[in-house]
Amino acid sequence: MTETLAETTTPAEEPLPEFPMPRAAGCPFDPPPIARALHAERPVTRVRLWDGSTPWLVTGYADQRALLADPRVSSEATLPGFPHASAGFRENATRRRSFITMDDPEHARIRRMVTGPFAIKRIEAMRPEIQKITDELIDTMLAGPAPVDLVRALALPLPSLVICRLLGVPYEDHDFFQRNSSLMINRHSSAEEVVGANEALTDYLEGLVAAKLADPADDMLSELAGRVRAGELTQREAANMGVLLLIAGHETTANMIALGTVALLEHPDQLAVLRETEDPKVIARAVEELLRYLSIVHNGRRRVALEDIEIGGETIRAGDGIIVYTGTANWDTEVFAEPERLDIGRDARRHMAFGFGVHQCLGQPLARVELQVVYGTLYRRIPTLRLATGIDQLPFKHDGLVYGVYELPVTWTS
Amino acid sequence: MSGESSSEGSGASSGEGKGVTMRVEVDVPKCVASGQCVMIAPDVFDQREEDGIVVLLDEQPAPELHADVRESAVVCPAAAIRVIEK
Repeated sequence: MTETLAETTTPAEEPLPEFPMPRAAGCPFDPPPIARALHAERPVTRVRLWDGSTPWLVTGYADQRALLADPRVSSEATLPGFPHASAGFRENATRRRSFITMDDPEHARIRRMVTGPFAIKRIEAMRPEIQKITDELIDTMLAGPAPVDLVRALALPLPSLVICRLLGVPYEDHDFFQRNSSLMINRHSSAEEVVGANEALTDYLEGLVAAKLADPADDMLSELAGRVRAGELTQREAANMGVLLLIAGHETTANMIALGTVALLEHPDQLAVLRETEDPKVIARAVEELLRYLSIVHNGRRRVALEDIEIGGETIRAGDGIIVYTGTANWDTEVFAEPERLDIGRDARRHMAFGFGVHQCLGQPLARVELQVVYGTLYRRIPTLRLATGIDQLPFKHDGLVYGVYELPVTWTS
Repeated sequence: MSGESSSEGSGASSGEGKGVTMRVEVDVPKCVASGQCVMIAPDVFDQREEDGIVVLLDEQPAPELHADVRESAVVCPAAAIRVIEK
């Protein structure tokens, strides 16, 4: 460590902070203290990554919005200087490109193939089914012994069931795809593990796409199969998009359900508001605030500069890596008063939890409805819900690309 | 498209807009179908069935919708909504 520092910094300079940064003990919801300090002092600054590279870390809200919307900033992960999250990610990026690591116009052409099913009205039409699945999972919880692991009982199965139905993936295979997607989004997974998991999932999805080609149903994989038949995509590309949607569709919402529940249990006055309301507007506001407060995609949005860019008093040179960490932007006092306070009554709609720019989360309408249903149902149906362990005993996902808890033991008074 | 296209003074809005007219433009090629405008101002914005791309329902929304339209423009991740107020 020290010898690499000596190569790139003069003795007078302080060593660069490493990214990602540790959160403070006892403050599981707060962005890392180092990130907050950098935001206050040097909102555009160099950091050091796992491979010794030194991309820019951008921590402020306005700078982040400007960069993520800037066409001089690229998502192309095969470009030199792109700040990869791990060796596994670097290996994956060079082997197989997906539209989240492409720029327009190529990105827009492919993204638009999968945006239709996520349109607000089509997702709203799924709300009754999402409510039904949620109620059934809670019924099962209540019928069994407590404590239970809320991750296994509700947080993970709900979004997994929903994305499976939307895509046309058999939910019976959930052990297989959940295991492999966990490997893919853990930054401590080896390159072999990440590549192996990606290959296994892509092979699996390709098999499903081939089956839909022969026997189409009313689901997204069948739509993608139709594009394969029309010559717009290869079967492998369609499978690759399926992998992306499957992972993004369950890992993110699952973590918001579980971590959001921890946050609410630690803020009983806020939880009480949700427990006592059926007003969809109150619930929708609470969802936006929890998205803001928790910023679960905590490994940074990764980009590379195509040209020199002046921002925050610094010059990002063409070829420099850029990491946009939305956790601090969502706690930026220029935009959110008292950001460290979880206040489900505030208007938090301008948060950056889904990113910004052309790559902003395309599944956000689905995530919102799932979270509105769960937050609007779970605490009303189980008003005595509480942690079955101390908060300091919870296994937080410090090593995940998405923050959350691996397990959430909860109990209640029957 | 320039802001000059918004010069017409019809709509003679009253109430909270205090005589302010609003004209909305959407840049369809820029739209990334995040759906946030439809969520915030469903009377003004809709989405195409096939790909979720924006459809402008009301080019000159009534004053009571102005705040939601402005918010839609702010949160649009692709800066595809342009609001001209006179």
